[in-house]
Amino acid sequence: MKKDLFKVTTKTIVATGIGAAIFMLLFMYVKVPSPVPETSFQTAYGLSAFFATLFGPIAGALISFIGHALSDAVQYGSPWWSWVIASGVSGFIFGFAFKRTKVEEGEFKGKDILTFNVIQIIGNLVAWVVVAPVLDILIYQEPVNLVFTQGFTAAIMNIVSAGVIGTLLLVAYAATRTKKGSLAKK
Amino acid sequence: MNTKMKLFSYNTVDTPIHQLSGLTKLICFLFLSFAVMYSYDIRVILLIMAFSVYILRVSRVQYSQIRTMVLYVMVFVLTNLVITFLFSPEMGVELYGTRHVITKLVGSISLTWEQVLYQVTKFFKYISVIPLGMIFLLTTNPSEFASSLNGIRVNYKAAFAVSLTLRYFPDIQREYHDISQAQQARGLDLSHKAKFMDRFKNALLIIIPLIFSSLDRIELISNAMDLRGFGKSKTRTWYTCKALNRADYVALILSALIFAGSLAVSAFINHSRFYNPFL
Repeated sequence: MKKDLFKVTTKTIVATGIGAAIFMLLFMYVKVPSPVPETSFQTAYGLSAFFATLFGPIAGALISFIGHALSDAVQYGSPWWSWVIASGVSGFIFGFAFKRTKVEEGEFKGKDILTFNVIQIIGNLVAWVVVAPVLDILIYQEPVNLVFTQGFTAAIMNIVSAGVIGTLLLVAYAATRTKKGSLAKK
Repeated sequence: MNTKMKLFSYNTVDTPIHQLSGLTKLICFLFLSFAVMYSYDIRVILLIMAFSVYILRVSRVQYSQIRTMVLYVMVFVLTNLVITFLFSPEMGVELYGTRHVITKLVGSISLTWEQVLYQVTKFFKYISVIPLGMIFLLTTNPSEFASSLNGIRVNYKAAFAVSLTLRYFPDIQREYHDISQAQQARGLDLSHKAKFMDRFKNALLIIIPLIFSSLDRIELISNAMDLRGFGKSKTRTWYTCKALNRADYVALILSALIFAGSLAVSAFINHSRFYNPFL
């Protein structure tokens, strides 16, 4: 199981490429600004949680890292490295939901939803409350209280985003899969 | 939604900057932006900024190409300026260890020279990275980008993922636009008139078809790549890869020197990342 988690197939690479393109699109266009400056409700993290659950931690990390870095580069001319790295970390941790749920077998309820959400909450907290503010201080020397306020806001909003959008996407995805044992032998 | 926003609005112009290999430009970009990122010395930052603005002129980038970016960055930097002051008006005092009050403001808050220096430095620090990024983005052929990444020892599979992203972003963007128009034709309200929750729900109704059609696309592309034997070897070659020539080496050495210079100023002159004129 451990080995499987980090296996990179052609599909992982393609999913990363396409996933990052969607991430970029959502990151730039489908967001709602929040009252705390420089943070907003990003639907993109729902997508990265969804892709990470389907394709694993490597895909998850690269999708958020590439997607975030490129959309920053296109919008601002240069990536904001501390948050880009934090994005990558969040995607990586989301990926631990890979193969821990039965979504590929067409089932995503109760326990699976719980597993997914526990993992995404851990991922978001680590990324936005620890990694992003600490890197902001180390790289950019931003004021401590400012970065932690931004970090907490981002964590809460991304937890909601991954929780609501990610869960909905996974439920919808499970419905498209053929259920295990749906064929009965006569 | 603005569908006209072009990703990498690269156009071929015959300038010395365009002729450099993508690998060179990527390394130079990283060197210079890390130099600015590390240093908190306004003199170093202004020098690098002047240099990068000069290069921007040499590469003949039109203002119309970068207008949106400049706008975004200005908004970002100005908000950052204001909230930094609101959140910690004493940050400069903490960093520089002295306190020279200019005027008293409301209550116990006052404006200090230390804070002014800290914020002005930070302002230029953020601004000065922008020309660097723009030069890199606007003068590098997107298809050369993946080979450049591979050139700095990024695993070629990851580099390929980046080139897939760049290749498919316009497609995804078009599809998003199509789905959104189709849903709106069916009466989905995405304008400001709809309630917040409705808008959120309606946005989901666009995202879901977009993602599920992309999942099919992933299947298709990965099968095609598998059939062509992608990922069977440890390395790969790139069609767009350019060999480095003399100009590339000059650029590389120059940017490495600037990077080393910025580190040296911090290490030997300032004895920290900060330039402290108050001591």
